[in-house]
Amino acid sequence: MSILNLHNSLNTYLILGAVLFGMGIYGLVTRRTLIGMLIASELVLAAASINFMAFNRFTAPDPTVGQVFTLFIMAIAAAEAAIGLSITIAVYRNYKSVDTEDIVDLNG
Amino acid sequence: MNPTEWSWMPGFLTAEGFAGYADAAAGIVFLIMLATTLIGGIIACNSERLVRAVAGLALCFIGVAAIYYYLNSPFVAMMQMLIYIGAVCITIAFAIMLAAPEDSKKEGSAGALSGPLGLITAGLVTFGMIGLAVNTTFEVLPKENMGSIKLIGINLLTRYSMVFELVSIVLLIAIIGSLVIARQGRSK
Repeated sequence: MSILNLHNSLNTYLILGAVLFGMGIYGLVTRRTLIGMLIASELVLAAASINFMAFNRFTAPDPTVGQVFTLFIMAIAAAEAAIGLSITIAVYRNYKSVDTEDIVDLNG
Repeated sequence: MNPTEWSWMPGFLTAEGFAGYADAAAGIVFLIMLATTLIGGIIACNSERLVRAVAGLALCFIGVAAIYYYLNSPFVAMMQMLIYIGAVCITIAFAIMLAAPEDSKKEGSAGALSGPLGLITAGLVTFGMIGLAVNTTFEVLPKENMGSIKLIGINLLTRYSMVFELVSIVLLIAIIGSLVIARQGRSK
């Protein structure tokens, strides 16, 4: 298969989704601030959406279902970002920091 | 349109030649967008400053929108640009300006071991998923329709109208909840 024909194969999209998912996991593990972890979790959500859309395009009988589901993922991701950022701001007010090393009150 | 009349023209200006070049151009643009997505993702999870991470995230989302376009879904691509780049990235940028003090806008490392361990974890997850995707044969079902924007609209308001309403309520509760959470301790 030619390299210019990559956009017609399911595996291209699945591999891209897996790589983006891995980047998100790496960011979640290594980031030290809450905002950095939120950015990494957006990458994980984007990877999941790409997988949905790829199966929707190549294997599903009704291609509208995956698109509708991806739209719902976007709405939930927007809600998650709003809640996460307001929690970040509340944490910053109380601790004067968004560093995960400083928020250890529940640490036993 | 005798082909011999056009023989003095470069190959890509004839109808058949142009179709071939359009396919090649589509492939090249796809490769560029793939690279954009990957570079944006690397910037988003590796950059030292959080503002650069948000810019990398926006770049990554532009690439993802283009990939949705290649997956026959221009409507979802447009929504990706609107919601992710227009709303989520801007909100995160505001949070960085509001919540991150100057000295903590730079990301330090979370410890000597976190980098290698994070890389191992991410690598295992990635290669596991790639192996699973490549070694599985997926059953391709015959298409019932082309998934046009009109059909998405009809489905949203008939088959999925309940989910549509529920998502609206979830968004409303999320907005009210985030206002309530961020309001506490404002006088301090």
